[in-house]
Amino acid sequence: MKPASANHVFRALADPTRRAIFEELTRQGEQTVHALTRYAGVSQPAVSKHLTVLKRAKLVRHRREGRETHYRAQPDALAPMVDWMRDYGAFWRDRFDQLEALLERMEP
Amino acid sequence: MSTMSNAAARSNASESPRTLVVERVFPHPPEKLWRALTESPLLAQWMMNNDFEPVVGRKFQFRADPAPNWNGVVDCEVLIVDPLQRLSYNWGVGGSESGLQWVVLWTLTPAEGGTHVRMEQSGFRPDQQQAYQGANYGWQKFFGGLEKVIGGLE
Repeated sequence: MKPASANHVFRALADPTRRAIFEELTRQGEQTVHALTRYAGVSQPAVSKHLTVLKRAKLVRHRREGRETHYRAQPDALAPMVDWMRDYGAFWRDRFDQLEALLERMEP
Repeated sequence: MSTMSNAAARSNASESPRTLVVERVFPHPPEKLWRALTESPLLAQWMMNNDFEPVVGRKFQFRADPAPNWNGVVDCEVLIVDPLQRLSYNWGVGGSESGLQWVVLWTLTPAEGGTHVRMEQSGFRPDQQQAYQGANYGWQKFFGGLEKVIGGLE
């Protein structure tokens, strides 16, 4: 229920274009900003802005080579989100326990 | 990479990032379970404070104490009310801009000595799965891809 560090990751990936860019990077490996712009179908400044948000969430890393900037995905950064989803399992089991206790208290 | 592999190893089929299922048989009749699931004051005793009403289309909230990075509010809308059998509502956290929407589906089935209760939390509306898969790039598809990413790390 408490997306502590996952919150950052969720926010970064809440935008469909950013999710698509991130998934493209996990699929294709390292890509230049130009290639990502062709893939995403939005302007290069827009892609750069999305990449900055992804970078802040540590979901991508970049390196410069000549005039090109190359980006690659850091799937490890998804771990808090995966853990967060798993926490929901504990949340529901806890609720089931409380439901069981309530049913005992209720009139038949 | 090792973090993800460990995370994947701990998960199982019913606890994938995409769909979560929790099931239990309670030694009580379906009528009693239905009351606990649909009467707001009873629901508050085991879930959270709420303004739930069992009416399709009803928008309501669950409210818990705020926590760091969570305002304690779950925004919901009733999707299915099938008395004594099925109850479903969507489940949104972080406000509409976060896009974090799930669907919670409760299924009650009479079982020997009680009622089998199944809770499924998934990333799409049960009646719109088809439309969803053909539509835009949603969380559902992303979590599907995420499973592949995790699988690929093992």
